[in-house]
Amino acid sequence: MTDLSIIAAISIFTAGLTVSFGALGPALGEGRAASSALSAIAQQPDAAATISRTLFVSLAMIESTAIYCFVVAMILLFANPFWNTALAAVTQGG
Amino acid sequence: MELTPDETIIFALRGIAITATVVNTWVIMALLTGVSVLVTRNLRPDVPPNRWRTALEVIVNGIVGQIAEISERRDPRVLYFVGTLFLFIVTANLLTVVPGFDTPTASLSTTAALALSVLVAVPIFGVGSRGIGGYLRSYIEPSFVMLPFNIIGEFSRGISLAIRLYGNIMSGAVIGAILLGVAPFFFPVVMDMLGLLTGVIQAYIFAILATVYISSATATPPVLDASETKEDTQ
Repeated sequence: MTDLSIIAAISIFTAGLTVSFGALGPALGEGRAASSALSAIAQQPDAAATISRTLFVSLAMIESTAIYCFVVAMILLFANPFWNTALAAVTQGG
Repeated sequence: MELTPDETIIFALRGIAITATVVNTWVIMALLTGVSVLVTRNLRPDVPPNRWRTALEVIVNGIVGQIAEISERRDPRVLYFVGTLFLFIVTANLLTVVPGFDTPTASLSTTAALALSVLVAVPIFGVGSRGIGGYLRSYIEPSFVMLPFNIIGEFSRGISLAIRLYGNIMSGAVIGAILLGVAPFFFPVVMDMLGLLTGVIQAYIFAILATVYISSATATPPVLDASETKEDTQ
């Protein structure tokens, strides 16, 4: 395998791995947050407005960790600095 | 695939490339300013309110109410700062549905600038309400050991604000582009609707977090007043 194909293979593999683990943790966390918010609303329906507003904010904050992983995966796939450097070296050498 | 509208260059001004991000930011600023100027042009007590003015009042009252729920201190400058941030971000995110309009919040430069303005505003509000000594003392609370962590926390706040907004909006655009290649008729529309919802929620969260950071920097220790305790017990 050439350097270029090793970089491509590892980048694609790592991007998939990043998204999978980055989806796993926030999914568990969001599920816990939503279930506690639902039981809180069931106990106190009067506070539903406050609870759901806080739930939305906390869900977005939990979700942002997944978004970080997604950004890293996108950088690996579409704006990979190592790939560009290797490509430039190959085109210069060949 | 284009990840940011930074790569689209509209025109060059004396050798400086003016990108789509800059142009679209100015479009949104002109839109917000123009609409506000047009609506508040006849703002006199003897002129009956029309539907545009009522709509603007609903928006402003909503922002005032949300801020009042978070921070105890009534400070109109927080409203000016956070309300402007919210209106700009929500307009930018909603304009993603306009074809050919690359929203500036899908660029890390814009979101980093917005987060940087929050990062600068927090010490300004803190120093303004507590004084320099009082604000700097908040870094060594509860103990001196926490000083580096408080400083790191201040910067990681800004970074997470920027990446959160950028990632959410950019992911909506990327997913739309990928689905256009995979299932081009129906699914991109659904994901765009989801993107609208995400955009409004992210604008709300950006504004809420800015308010929380500012009010935590300006918070003064609660003074137990006789009248206040009376109200609490009632």
